[in-house]
Amino acid sequence: MECLVFELESAPAPGGRRSPVVVGVVASGNLEVLVEPAEAAGRCRVEVATTAEGFREIWEAVLRDFAARRALAGLSLSVNDAGATPAVVGLRLDQAVEEYLGGA
Amino acid sequence: MADAARKAWDTARRSRAARLERARAVAPERHVAAERVPALLEAILEPGDRVCLEGNNQKQADFLARALLQVDPARVHDLHLVLSVLALPEHVALFERGIARRVDFSFSGPQAVRLAQLVKAGKIEIGAIHTYLELYARYFVDLTPRVALVAALAADADGNLFTGPNTEDTPAIVEATAFKDGLVVAQVNERVDRVPRVDVPGDWIDWVTVAPTPSTIEPLFTRDPARVGEVQVLMAMMVLRGIYAEYGIDRLNHGIGFDSAAIELLLPTYGEALGMRGRACRHWALNPHPTLIPAIEAGFVESVHAFGSELGMERYVAARPDVFFTGRDGSLRSNRAFSQTAGHYACDLFIGSTLQMDLAGNSSTATTSRITGFGGAPNMGADARGRRHPSAAWLRAGREAQGDPRAMPRGRKLVVQLLETFREHMEPAFVERLDAWALAAQLGMELPPVMIYGDDVSHVVTEEGIANLLLCRTPEERADAIRGVAGYTPVGLARSRSAVENLRDRGIVRRPEDLGIDVRQATRELLAARSVKDLVRWSGGLYDPPARFRSW
Repeated sequence: MECLVFELESAPAPGGRRSPVVVGVVASGNLEVLVEPAEAAGRCRVEVATTAEGFREIWEAVLRDFAARRALAGLSLSVNDAGATPAVVGLRLDQAVEEYLGGA
Repeated sequence: MADAARKAWDTARRSRAARLERARAVAPERHVAAERVPALLEAILEPGDRVCLEGNNQKQADFLARALLQVDPARVHDLHLVLSVLALPEHVALFERGIARRVDFSFSGPQAVRLAQLVKAGKIEIGAIHTYLELYARYFVDLTPRVALVAALAADADGNLFTGPNTEDTPAIVEATAFKDGLVVAQVNERVDRVPRVDVPGDWIDWVTVAPTPSTIEPLFTRDPARVGEVQVLMAMMVLRGIYAEYGIDRLNHGIGFDSAAIELLLPTYGEALGMRGRACRHWALNPHPTLIPAIEAGFVESVHAFGSELGMERYVAARPDVFFTGRDGSLRSNRAFSQTAGHYACDLFIGSTLQMDLAGNSSTATTSRITGFGGAPNMGADARGRRHPSAAWLRAGREAQGDPRAMPRGRKLVVQLLETFREHMEPAFVERLDAWALAAQLGMELPPVMIYGDDVSHVVTEEGIANLLLCRTPEERADAIRGVAGYTPVGLARSRSAVENLRDRGIVRRPEDLGIDVRQATRELLAARSVKDLVRWSGGLYDPPARFRSW
C-alpha cells in the first residue's frame, strides 16, 4: 500500500460547503473516492491510498489534468485505489465531483 | 515424350488404394468401432504424411486426436500437421512423442505457452502461422492433406455427415482432401438412420466412428454483460457516434471481447437515440453472439452469417431463420471459410480489441514466451484490395484516405482498433516497439507476429478519444494522432500538446466532448442487458446459457 498526497492548483469550486459524498467501490481494478470540504480554501488536496506501488508520476499527471479541467479548489478528495486504470480513475473522479456538486 | 509416357500420373491414387488395402484387415466397413481407430490410423498413415486433424476455433476432433496419440511412434512418426486451431493438450503431446514433427496452423490459444517451449526445445518445426483463409487456401495449393481426421455430430450408414450448427472448417478440409486422393476419417457423436441434413456428402468420407464421448465445443463468444464496465460503455458511445453513425456502417464484423460486446449492447439504447435503427448495422458476419440478442430483438439486425455457432444459442437461432442461415432441419449452418470471405469482401467495417499498438498503428496480441497466432481477425481487419463494389461508407473512407479529389476514386475498408490505454496491472497498451519483435527474435521467426498492420487501421479508439488515421498524411502525423489518444502511457505523455491540439482542430483526434458525448452518461444504465439473465429475457427464454454463465 502506497500513500500519495497532492496539493493541486485549481479554480474555486462553485457553491458553499456541502455534505461529503462517496462514489465507487474498493474492488479489483476499481476505486472509491470521498469528496468533502477542504480545511484550506484556494487549493484542492488529494490523498491517494493505492495497492499499486510506483505510479506516482501517472497519478500526478491524471490529477493535474483533472484539476485543470474542473473547478476543485476548496475540496478535499480521498481515494482508495485497488489498481484501477487511469481510464477508470478519470471517470470515477468526474462522477464523484458531479455528485458532490449536485449534478451541476 | 518417352519420359512423359513412362511417368506415373496416379501415384496418389495408387497410394490411396494401397492404404485402403492395408486398412481392410482392421476396418472392412465404412463404420469402425472406436477401439479399432488407433489400428486404422496405423494402417493408413505413413511417416511424414501431411495430416489435417480438425481443430477449429470451437469444434475439436478430440477423440481422433487421442486415437492418433495411441499409434506406435516407431511406425507413424514425423507427421506434418495442418490445422487451424492447435487447442488441445493432445495436439502438443503428438510433438512430444515424435508422432508429429511439423505444423502449419492459425491459432494456438490455450497451448500458446507450451508451443513456444516446444519450439525452443527443438521438438516442433513451425512452417508458418497463418490467418484462417490463408491456411484454407493453402489446403488447395501446397498444403493439401493426405489424411483428414474430422468431427461431426452424426452420420448415416452411407457416411453422410451432419455437423449441426458448428460446421466451421469441415467442408473446406474434406473437399481439399477427398478430391486429391486423400483419405478422410470422421468422428461423430451418434449414428443415425437418416441425418437431419447432409453437410458433407458420404462419398467424400472413407470411415466413420462413433466417439465414446461427444466432441468438445467451447463457448468462446459469450460475454457476460455484468462484466462490461463504464470505460467500455464510454468507448462504445464514441464508436457509435463518431464512426458507425457518421459513416453509416451497415455491413460489419465484430471481434470477440467486452469492448465490442458493449457496442452490441448499446445499439437498442444509444444507437436507437442516434436514429441508427433500420439505417445502420443491418448485416453482419458474426458468430451468434448472445450479446447481439437485444439488437436483433429491437429490430436492428437483418442478417447474420456465422463462422461457427455458440453454445446455448441453438433454439434462439432456430427461431430466427430470417436473420440466421439455417438448414432445412432448422438449425444453424455455419461455414468459417465463407464467413471469413464475407467478412473480408462484403463488410465495410471490422472492429476488434488488441493488446499492444506501436506508433505506426501496428497491433499485436503476441507477448513474449507465447505463440498465440492469428485466427481470423487479420482477414477481416485488412483492406480488401480486390473489392470493386461501392458503398457510402467505403467510398467516404477512401476519400478521406486519398485526400486528393482528382485521384482515381477508390474505397477503403474501415478497420477500427479498440484498446484502453492501460491493460490490467498497469501495462501500457501503447508502446514504442511491439513485443512481437522480441518474440520473433527469441524464436527465430522470419516475421514478427503482427495481428493488424498499421496501414490497414483506419481508426484507433481509446477512453481518451478517436484517432482517425485515414486523415493523416505523414508517418509523423500518424504517430502524433496515436500519441493523442494514448492517455498517460509513456507514449501518450511524450506527446506535443500543440501538435495534438492541431490534429483536434482538423478532426483527426476527437475527444468525447468533440463528439457531443457527456462522459457522465457513460454508465451501465445504457446497456440494453446488464446480465446473462437479461439476455435470456430478451430472447423470450430461447437462449439457454451454459452453466458457467448462470448465476441464478
